[in-house]
Amino acid sequence: MTDAGEQLAEALTNVAGKHFGTAGVTDLKRLSGGASQETWSFKIHKDGEAESLILRRAPGGTASNASGTAVGLETEAKLIQLSAEAGVVVPTVRYVAKPEDEIGSGFIMNHVHGETLGSKIVRSEDFASVRPKLARQCGEALAKLHAVPVATLPTLRFSPATEEIERYKEVYKTHGHPHPVFDLAFKWLGNNVPADDRVTLVHGDFRNGNIMFDATDGVVAVLDWELAHIGDPIEDMGWICVNSWRFGGIDKPVGGFGSREDMLAGYEDAGGPKVDLERVKFWEVLGTLKWGVMCTTMYEAFKTGMDRSVERAAIGRRSSETEMDLLYLLAAD
Amino acid sequence: MQDLPTSLEIVGVVSDFLRDQVLPELEGRTRFHALVAANALDIVRRELETAPSANTMEIARLQALLSSKETDLEELNSKLSARIERGDLTLDTPGLKEHLWTSTLTKLAIDQPKYSAYKKALKEKRA
Repeated sequence: MTDAGEQLAEALTNVAGKHFGTAGVTDLKRLSGGASQETWSFKIHKDGEAESLILRRAPGGTASNASGTAVGLETEAKLIQLSAEAGVVVPTVRYVAKPEDEIGSGFIMNHVHGETLGSKIVRSEDFASVRPKLARQCGEALAKLHAVPVATLPTLRFSPATEEIERYKEVYKTHGHPHPVFDLAFKWLGNNVPADDRVTLVHGDFRNGNIMFDATDGVVAVLDWELAHIGDPIEDMGWICVNSWRFGGIDKPVGGFGSREDMLAGYEDAGGPKVDLERVKFWEVLGTLKWGVMCTTMYEAFKTGMDRSVERAAIGRRSSETEMDLLYLLAAD
Repeated sequence: MQDLPTSLEIVGVVSDFLRDQVLPELEGRTRFHALVAANALDIVRRELETAPSANTMEIARLQALLSSKETDLEELNSKLSARIERGDLTLDTPGLKEHLWTSTLTKLAIDQPKYSAYKKALKEKRA
């Protein structure tokens, strides 16, 4: 194990002893790590039984990972707890780290078993029987999530449609390379901004890949809350329809596995209001454009020398995928 | 004039070498990055094949749309972007929609011919 891993194992042993009444942790493994978060899995043992847990913490065990659009981990833990109370399926948060724990900013949650790999959800035979139910279940989860009382929320950025459009337009203009299809999409969005009549908690990254599915039960956990904010709830519905997250299942708009109508039916059944499909389309256009602009910013990270990987360079050439999707949304007839 | 092999032949043989001989020897993250590298060279290969004639046609379309004698492709695209942003050109402008589809199809033919929306567009004969 690396030095960082050894230090973390020691810190987690202390936390587990104090808060879970167990001696020692085993099987500590790093699952993923990026610029904003690290995810680790480990096991604790009590009365001869092993239990799997997950730690999400700031990179390298630093104090905070909050950035321009990402919430900090304490906020993320709070949002998961509030969503659980509202009936959203989420991993149970077991412990939020304190400075004296020496694991940095982060929290420990239950390990939920299931599949998050988008292409498997869309294509694997294992999910064939549950697949027709998934869009409806996603709608149900969103209805509950959007019903979390705003007054109970921790401080979050407020980002209604006009703000989102402005943010990404600025990024695009700074990039400086012309994408006429992006300009067409920005123009269309500016002319079709929905009324700011409903403001709720927005997950912000609700898409196939950030939802854990089980082959029998369907949706078992809504993950990756770091982009949560307050805004138009329909943003979450548009984002899961963006073709980039359909994993080839282009004719099934919701995540490559279901229909918009099923998602909206599930939303209403779980107490959500009736949703206008045009409003979903607005957010799908904005989501598609957002991902296209993000591809160009990843190229910028390569160009400036911040990340010289081939992967970083090549992703710039994926913005054209979103241009094709935008033409289908805006200029197909 | 450059001597042989052509740039297209060099890129092709390096991409084949990565895929057929290097990849099977690798595993984990390095294998993944080598695959990304081979795919990136395939973008270059397709661009060398397709871009010269496609870009000539794109310049001609843009000059007609913008009534411009400009010959630089990036400059023409910047002008097009600006005029769409100002609302001077819209999807109702004759030729704009066709131009955007054709140019975007060319980008996809080079960048990602396996992309679902591109395959769908080919099936619908939008090219």
